[in-house]
Amino acid sequence: MSVPAELRYTPEHEWVSVEGDLASVGITEYAAQQLGDVVYISLPALGATVTAGEPCGEVESVKSVSDLYSPVDGEVAEVNTELEDDPALVNAEPYTAGWMFRVRVAQDGNGDAALPPDLLTAAEYEELTKSAG
Amino acid sequence: MTSFAGWQMPLRYASETAEHQAVRRAAGLFDLSHMGEILVSGPAAGPALDYALTGHLSALRPGRARYTMICAEDGGVLDDLVVYRQDEDKFLVIANAANTDVVLASLRDRAYGHDARVSDATGDYALIAIQGPEAAGILAPLAGGLDLAAIKYYAGAFGEVAGRKAWVARTGYTGEDGFEVFCRPEDAEPIWSALARQGAPAGLVPAGLAARDTLRLEAGMPLYGNELGPDVTPFEAGLGRVVKFDKPGEFVGREALAARAASGPVKHLVGLTIQSRRIARHGYPVLADGRTCGAVTSGAPSPTLGVPIAMAYLEPGEGNRPQAGEGDHVLAVGIRGEAVPAHVEDLPFYRRRQLR
Repeated sequence: MSVPAELRYTPEHEWVSVEGDLASVGITEYAAQQLGDVVYISLPALGATVTAGEPCGEVESVKSVSDLYSPVDGEVAEVNTELEDDPALVNAEPYTAGWMFRVRVAQDGNGDAALPPDLLTAAEYEELTKSAG
Repeated sequence: MTSFAGWQMPLRYASETAEHQAVRRAAGLFDLSHMGEILVSGPAAGPALDYALTGHLSALRPGRARYTMICAEDGGVLDDLVVYRQDEDKFLVIANAANTDVVLASLRDRAYGHDARVSDATGDYALIAIQGPEAAGILAPLAGGLDLAAIKYYAGAFGEVAGRKAWVARTGYTGEDGFEVFCRPEDAEPIWSALARQGAPAGLVPAGLAARDTLRLEAGMPLYGNELGPDVTPFEAGLGRVVKFDKPGEFVGREALAARAASGPVKHLVGLTIQSRRIARHGYPVLADGRTCGAVTSGAPSPTLGVPIAMAYLEPGEGNRPQAGEGDHVLAVGIRGEAVPAHVEDLPFYRRRQLR
């Protein structure tokens, strides 16, 4: 199971990738495997304000419905509309084509994206999934 | 893996959708060893079952199987069962895992006074099902001495699979042709491996509980705990045909079941197709003009139809009754606060083409 080293993670199994002031968000391969085949995804609306740790959508699989949490604070700048027709992309390519939404985040004093301090590193996230499974 | 009635069971091996489609197009292999097996034997085993169950089991010819139910005195369903008559005086009763203890206790109670013995054989059997259009072709070379063509739908025979003794029955819970192989637990692994090897070139894959559930739902087959339970009689589920009022002698629940047959069911089981990608799940309300008129019992995406499907109980009443054959009878399902349109459909959603 893959946990890309360059991404940051949440205990709710989302990943975050930052480029400039845009944070891309998806769910991890571990989460996708636990859910099984994803059949429907409800994403936040463009322009919506999302808050770290708060639900902002739903991921529905054959067997279950789970809340989707935003890992960051900010405004939704882009959503992956391809998931409407092909939600199985989340299972097939959770870290690439299966991305879910992008959030414009505030910048800190150094001009870097201000991310919540409690996001996990790949090593920390991997540890968490091992103790869970 | 998931916990199910005290057993550790695979929910899926890989993708449940792919497993579902493999069963519809080629074949799937299921480990169903959790199912309860109860042996009823003796000279009066048939009459004992006639009294205990809704069916007329003493009329079953040896080597044949019957889908039947065990009801409480008030007509409520305690379990749905498949019963095989393996010999003149030997019946194998297959119960749902979660209900095996209740069925066993009820059968013992109800067999009292008959010359019949009731014993729990769950630990004596593993159960491997091979289901799908390729199932017979895959099983045949491994079932030496058994003429599979002679085993009709809902029949079974003693024989060998991969050189190991088994009861081989043409039954299943997928809506496809297929077989269920009852064997000794220590023979399960070699039989499983032989079938998996033999079937792989034909497209057979191992299939888990999730695929089993979507397959049976497409086939319109009830699941105990969802469509069936102590609060409904077979008539609510549209399965009144399992109640054989014309069999000789008394049977448990007759009075209540006869009354229900006369008065008509208190709610109706219908099929729904959901006009969305969202799944109408167990317990979600069914709405007619905004008011609740029933509840979903089972729901899942249908890989065959390409839309979500569900079964639901509708309360009797104006506008709620299913209009059989009228596909544009529109209701809605309340899916987490949103009323999603749903069409009433005839069950089953899927019917396989006839056997060649």
